Amino acid sequence: MAREPMAGKPMATGTTQRPAPPQQIRAVPVRHPGRWVAAAVIAVLVAMFVHMLVTNPVFQWGFMVDNMFTPAVLRGARTTLIMTVLAMVLGVVLGIVVAVMRLSPNPVVSGAAWTYVWFFRAIPRIVLLFFCANLGALYGTYDLGVPFDQQLMGLLGLDGDLRFLGLNGNQIFAGFTAGLLGLVLSEAAYMAEIVRAGIQSVDPGQTEAAAALGMSRSTTMRRIVLPQAMRVIIPPTGNETIAMLKDTSLLIAVPVTSELNFQLRAIGSRTFQIIPLAVASILWYVALSSLLMVGQHFLEKRFSRGFGSQETRVQRAAREADAVGSTH
Amino acid sequence: MVKAEGVRKSFGHVEVLRGIDLEVAPREVMCVIGPSGSGKSTFLRCINHLEKINAGRLWVDGQLVGYRQKGDVLHELRDREVSAQRRDIGMVFQRFNLFPHMTALENVIEAPTRVKGLKRQDARARGSELLERVGLGDRVHNYPNQLSGGQQQRVAIARALAMEPKLMLFDEPTSALDPELVGEVLDVMRALAADGMTMVVVTHEMGFAREVGDTLVFMDDGVVVEAGAPKAVLTDPQHPRTQAFLSKVL
Repeated sequence: MAREPMAGKPMATGTTQRPAPPQQIRAVPVRHPGRWVAAAVIAVLVAMFVHMLVTNPVFQWGFMVDNMFTPAVLRGARTTLIMTVLAMVLGVVLGIVVAVMRLSPNPVVSGAAWTYVWFFRAIPRIVLLFFCANLGALYGTYDLGVPFDQQLMGLLGLDGDLRFLGLNGNQIFAGFTAGLLGLVLSEAAYMAEIVRAGIQSVDPGQTEAAAALGMSRSTTMRRIVLPQAMRVIIPPTGNETIAMLKDTSLLIAVPVTSELNFQLRAIGSRTFQIIPLAVASILWYVALSSLLMVGQHFLEKRFSRGFGSQETRVQRAAREADAVGSTH
Repeated sequence: MVKAEGVRKSFGHVEVLRGIDLEVAPREVMCVIGPSGSGKSTFLRCINHLEKINAGRLWVDGQLVGYRQKGDVLHELRDREVSAQRRDIGMVFQRFNLFPHMTALENVIEAPTRVKGLKRQDARARGSELLERVGLGDRVHNYPNQLSGGQQQRVAIARALAMEPKLMLFDEPTSALDPELVGEVLDVMRALAADGMTMVVVTHEMGFAREVGDTLVFMDDGVVVEAGAPKAVLTDPQHPRTQAFLSKVL
């Protein structure tokens, strides 16, 4: 490459042509004694905390590590993650449906969506989970079929019913399914509001432009409005996901016995080592939340295309090619 | 191509259009001028049914816009039928309204692939060609926020042309642009007019109206005050309201 002779020249001409720089300012910087005091206080507190962790025998670190990764606990962590993902996916889907209904011009449809959000946001999750766990007590069997079939058949002067599938209430509303149902119903109410805010944040000019191009309402929603709404929807949804991960610990009210918190607490109460297992729970949830935050970061990046000033991969490649070309 | 008879439109109690009668012939370029609030943008939006008219009749290419007439009764068209009508009418907005999450090329090929079912490959070839035509052949992979206002508006024109419309509507296409960028957009529109496109242009660019327009319409307070050949209207306005408006803007 012909770099060497060129590297010297512009430097030399540059220094001769540029005017001499003005004298650099050398001023005494402002002191901030308050900041130093604060830092010292924090250092002492951290030292005390670490000292406690190391010297207090109640922590039983060895015992904690031994019990933190047993097969049952690992299965619990898996159940917790699966529950989080399923509850969020179904919650987001149901939330989008409720949000779109909420924006419907038909007052009955939008009113129903409003009522749904109002009702399910008002119920504490643990209360809702407890109720879902006991749905089996409401009806012994849950049948799928035509609504009001017995009344209808009675009107027609016929006997029998129009039911196709009977499910045992105590079986379906136990454990995992009951827990999932409760979490999804609750999550959808929150997601509906987040999605609605996202949809309404998109400039109405976008919908008009799509309409003027002859795009249908559903295509416009799917291709134009929702992708832009995602930029607004993703950050709060990430928060919801992390909150959901933590709220799976509420499944102890159902109970869902295979879940992480239940498993760790079970070991704690069996061995009377409450603190070590409580700390193990903390560490597990911190680790899993951190994992989700990484995923959130990449999702946010993906949906901020065309906003902000980042360049795309294609453009960066083109710019770098240009830069390489100009040095020759 | 466009025919309006007694078109009226109100928003609540405010009557914005108070009986518009107009006709645009094929290959004609009609420029519409008038003070803000005169209803010219609303009229343009009625042509592709972005606004529903309250009275009168509006035809594009012989088809009633937004309605079907059975005997004396008008039936509203379904969403799908309205979309089908809009496919043949291109529209360019004052604020560009490009899709910010798509590159210039993706903006242009979105409707042809999703609405007309064109193959992606063919649409890309045709889209690049259109962007080339508006002078943006080297900008196909840029996102709208990486383009200047003038470039964005040219992408918007290419996007509208990609649907191969019979009629193009321009809603103050240069009003949101820095003065030095107005020329490049007008050049594209001038070329389009020279190719024989039927155009209705709401504008404040009197120079463009005089040079490119076949007809000039002056609207004020929801009615057409004066219409005629651009040179005649601009140099020798008949109506006092036209005279007053032109004395302010020229």
